[in-house]
Amino acid sequence: MTVFFQQLINGLSLGAIYALIALGYTMVYGTLQLINFAHSEVFMMGAFMSLYLARWTGADQNPTVASVTLVILGTMAFCAALGMTIERLAYRPLRKSGRLNLLITAIGVSMLLRNGTLLVCGPLASFPTLLPAAQWQLAPGLTLRSMDVITLAVTLVLMVLLHHIVERTQMGRAMRAVSHSRDAAALMGINVDRVIAFTFALGSSLAGAAAFLRAVDMHKIDPEMGTNMGLKAFVAAVLGGIGSIPGAVVGAILLGLSETFVSGYLTSTYRDAIAFCLLIIILLFRPSGILGKHAPEKV
Amino acid sequence: MRFLPLLSSLAGLALLPLLGACGGGEALPKEIVVGQYGSLTGAQATFGISTRNGIELATDELNAAGGIGGVKVRMVVEDDQGKPEEAATAVSKIISQDRPVAVLGEVASTNSLAAAPLLQTNGIPMISPSSTNPKVTEQGDFIFRVCFIDPFQGGAVAKFAYNSKGLRNVGILKAVDADYAVGLAQFFTDTFTKLGGTIAGEEAYKLSDVDFKAQLTSLLAKNPDALFIPGYYTDVGLIARQARDLGFKGPFLGGDGWDSSELTKIGGDAIIGSFFTNHYAVDDPNPVVQGFIEKYNAKFHEKPDGLAALGYDSARVLYGAMAEVAKDPKMADALSDRSSVPATEDARKAARAALRDAIAKTAGFGGVTGTISIDAQRNAQKPAVVVQVTAEGNKFVESIAP
Repeated sequence: MTVFFQQLINGLSLGAIYALIALGYTMVYGTLQLINFAHSEVFMMGAFMSLYLARWTGADQNPTVASVTLVILGTMAFCAALGMTIERLAYRPLRKSGRLNLLITAIGVSMLLRNGTLLVCGPLASFPTLLPAAQWQLAPGLTLRSMDVITLAVTLVLMVLLHHIVERTQMGRAMRAVSHSRDAAALMGINVDRVIAFTFALGSSLAGAAAFLRAVDMHKIDPEMGTNMGLKAFVAAVLGGIGSIPGAVVGAILLGLSETFVSGYLTSTYRDAIAFCLLIIILLFRPSGILGKHAPEKV
Repeated sequence: MRFLPLLSSLAGLALLPLLGACGGGEALPKEIVVGQYGSLTGAQATFGISTRNGIELATDELNAAGGIGGVKVRMVVEDDQGKPEEAATAVSKIISQDRPVAVLGEVASTNSLAAAPLLQTNGIPMISPSSTNPKVTEQGDFIFRVCFIDPFQGGAVAKFAYNSKGLRNVGILKAVDADYAVGLAQFFTDTFTKLGGTIAGEEAYKLSDVDFKAQLTSLLAKNPDALFIPGYYTDVGLIARQARDLGFKGPFLGGDGWDSSELTKIGGDAIIGSFFTNHYAVDDPNPVVQGFIEKYNAKFHEKPDGLAALGYDSARVLYGAMAEVAKDPKMADALSDRSSVPATEDARKAARAALRDAIAKTAGFGGVTGTISIDAQRNAQKPAVVVQVTAEGNKFVESIAP
């Protein structure tokens, strides 16, 4: 039974990271119907930014509450700015052209950022220990790591904050309106460009937080780190129902848990194959995702 | 008017590329082209960089001493990002553009396996410095290596674990998409169970993974004395950290894929005290080894790892074989490129075949990583050393003979 709970903790902390990234995919899809493939690179570059901020603030030598907070907020701000820049330079000029053009641009931006980072930052960097790394032995074979607690806590706080922004603020209402119908929202006097830029900033800053947590936990960062995480997070967003914010969280937690339990109880060799088969089965029964709205194509 | 000859020679220089294009490039110096492919970027970048440095050192030494019969060797290096599909592309490019007489590379067996068939069909000898999976040289009679192979390495780790450390119950966590790791896990299991030990459990991960807690949780539930991790340094450091986080106290064991200065940077305290088999130990008092370390350190300002040493040895074995072939003046001409009368394709083919025969005859070659003799399967018969990871670097523990 301790193994079960240990795997539960492992799966939840993995799912929490997926959730933070999946939100960026789902929010952008909600407003633009675009799968923003560059999102995984925003995550990756956030990790490198965390490293440079940690060096700059001296947090890598002597992590204090103030300097580590500065690193995480700085990373989120950097990612928000990066997301907005990508939207402004790469997507906005193409918004009137077909969705396929946008998609290919997104892939191009992703490659550019990945290879650019490889060129500038090198293939691998080790990441300093910025957060207290303690373990609590809850039972024989059941350990709770401080990183898991921090990951879950940060994710939870950001979820609550996001929920508040989307449901309770003027900008959140505008976001929901644009996601419902961009043209109608524009007719009602909503500045669609600003709302889309804000959506990118919000989603990217969450990816920045995920990047920070991931980098601190894994102690190594590389330009390829976004590819795999991005793919998993994208799958989580689709599973939860792309465009749905609670859906992305549910999908991510489910994906984290299914990966963990498949490799823990069935076979780690075929982990991805089995985990993804489960997801396909879910999608067979709920084609628009777990919490996705069934929306007929507008003709 | 003394500058006139200078001026005319400058004008001549400017015309050289044109002449070359016309096929009359007589003024171009002769050179022997050798290809090299490796992971200069990507997840296992230190593998490729160390190997390239080792090869560069050997090539510079050779050229400083006059090259092969007065002809210098030019090394063409291609990056494969540590990906098998890129390795095949890189080697195709080298073959078609640079017409090398031989190719050196790769470190990771999966990448060597991707490129070896191309070199075999083109009849170009390849020496892998450090791919230890047996399948690599099975690709054909043009494919060689200067390192030991995994059946021996896996057996050496198993013997060390069972005999020297008294371990009886070992768990395995392997990278399922690396031929190297899968093979090594199998050979370790074979020897370890034959000795009387038991495998507590075996779990797998993928090279792109960074979260191993699920696999580790189910492995550690079976209470192994030690964990055998036949992977690469990038994963091993993380696995060690996460295993310690989950409360594992025993030692970690591994193979030569651990060999990188990055290992302790990623693994931190968790990896200190672990053991792995390697091709050489930095603290080996042998003057050949210490001489190499000194030269390498002077050029690259760091201690060479085993891959740098193997890169150096692979290049020197190749140059030794070239010197043998070049004793025949006709062959010497066919080896080099840009000669006044370009060698015909048949002559180059003959030269490459002669080079292959010369590499196959390598015996008792005094390398940094031990005495290299190429056997009938084109593998090197060499002892392995077991080293312990410490905060000050890897320390020699014992040597295990084949």
